[in-house]
Amino acid sequence: MSADWPLWEVFVRSRRGLSHTHAGSLHAPDAQMALRNARDLFTRRSEGVSLWVVPSVEITASSPDEKDPFFAPAADKPYRHPTFYEVPEGVRNL
Amino acid sequence: MSSVTTPPLSRRAGEGKDPAGSAPGGASPEEEAALQAAFDAAVAAEERIEPRDWMPDAYRATLVRQIAQHAHSEIIGMQPEANWITRAPSLRRKAILMAKVQDEAGHGLYLYGAAETLGTGREQLLDKLHTGRQKYSSIFNYPTLTWADVGAIGWLVDGAAITNQVPLCRCSYGPYARAMVRVCKEESFHQRQGYELLLALSRGTEAQHAMAQDAVDRWWWPSLMMFGPPDEESAHSARSMEWKIKRHSNDELRQRFVDICVPQAEALDLTLPDPDLRWNEQREHWDFGTIDWQEFRDVLAGNGPCNEQRLHQRRAAHEDGAWVREAAAAHAAKQAARATPPDPAPGAADTKTPPLPAEQAPQSRPPEHAPQPRADESAQRGVEHSS
Ligand SMILES: [Fe+2]
Ligand SMILES: [Fe+2]
Repeated sequence: MSADWPLWEVFVRSRRGLSHTHAGSLHAPDAQMALRNARDLFTRRSEGVSLWVVPSVEITASSPDEKDPFFAPAADKPYRHPTFYEVPEGVRNL
Repeated sequence: MSSVTTPPLSRRAGEGKDPAGSAPGGASPEEEAALQAAFDAAVAAEERIEPRDWMPDAYRATLVRQIAQHAHSEIIGMQPEANWITRAPSLRRKAILMAKVQDEAGHGLYLYGAAETLGTGREQLLDKLHTGRQKYSSIFNYPTLTWADVGAIGWLVDGAAITNQVPLCRCSYGPYARAMVRVCKEESFHQRQGYELLLALSRGTEAQHAMAQDAVDRWWWPSLMMFGPPDEESAHSARSMEWKIKRHSNDELRQRFVDICVPQAEALDLTLPDPDLRWNEQREHWDFGTIDWQEFRDVLAGNGPCNEQRLHQRRAAHEDGAWVREAAAAHAAKQAARATPPDPAPGAADTKTPPLPAEQAPQSRPPEHAPQPRADESAQRGVEHSS
């Protein structure tokens, strides 16, 4: 069937003011038909006001194998969070 | 610390098993044990397993089998109800039934998508369905003899499906769980429209009431079989529960379903065809009669009333639709050929200006049904100004 049709990842903006969110994937021969299929598949109940379709092969991802070292630089920097700092009692709006 | 380039969310059809799935490059026993331990810990901590995570081969195989069977059931399940679309008694009922059958197609596609993230291609899955190597729910091998059957299916078959599927929203495999969330949101309308349909018949003429009762008589027991064999005979249940693919046993879910249905049947003024049905004070559950498991096995083995017809129709739909797929591919090729000249080489453009984020990227050929990005922006501005 769609063996030769590429896989597309579908992103839906559920309403204005929100980002597009990954909804799922589908097969289609080209981008236009992927959009139409995505409309029929993911927005049958007005779940979206805007759609993106992205060829799955075009996405670059971090590898789960290097999950820890890849994200490690953030782990030892608690001073990036406001809770790291001490504020004397009674001081407000800080 | 570099990232690798691979399609992350779901793989291309036919690409085969994800190398990340089994220990890459033939891991040592120690590495294998560490991967297994990490997997077990993630499952125990109620974390979700995602497509490119390492997972035991048996976990992957179990999921592929279950999700594929589930997807096939959605697709085959369109047939018994579609049988009545042209004969729906009113435009309202017809529109409802079409929407429901379309939803079932959608459910099948969500699930095929989830199965594909495990490295099994769409083509492969369909082929296994068409050649009978993968099963679908035995319930869809029963015929829809009257209009009331559409009601009984919605109330009982979709009802049983919901009882089964709600716990699957917390399944340990992320893509399956997410697909089930989507499916469950849509299922409640299926059940309600069936119940409403039966209620209308039950409150109608004597003949209509009898038709509703007859449908419930025929669909009740097969619906109870949808939860699968009794716990002591359920081959894979224990392991699936350990893996948190499954959250409740077959018998537990079946009991839950019976308890839900009894008062609903009463409100319909219809009888459930089980003389042994009675409230058990001690258990605080409804006791019910013995299920004919021989019938279940027969239907599963291919000897139900409609097994042959369902598979035949599925294959025919696939073959008869070949020209549509070919036309779509030809159309895509033609559009691609027409669109080639104007775009400058992407590499050259990149050196001058950074690529626009997708939210602002101008589309060369916006689809008719979607607003152009610019119109979209000005509409947004308009809203802001007026507030
Ligand atoms: Fe469904
Ligand atoms: Fe349904």
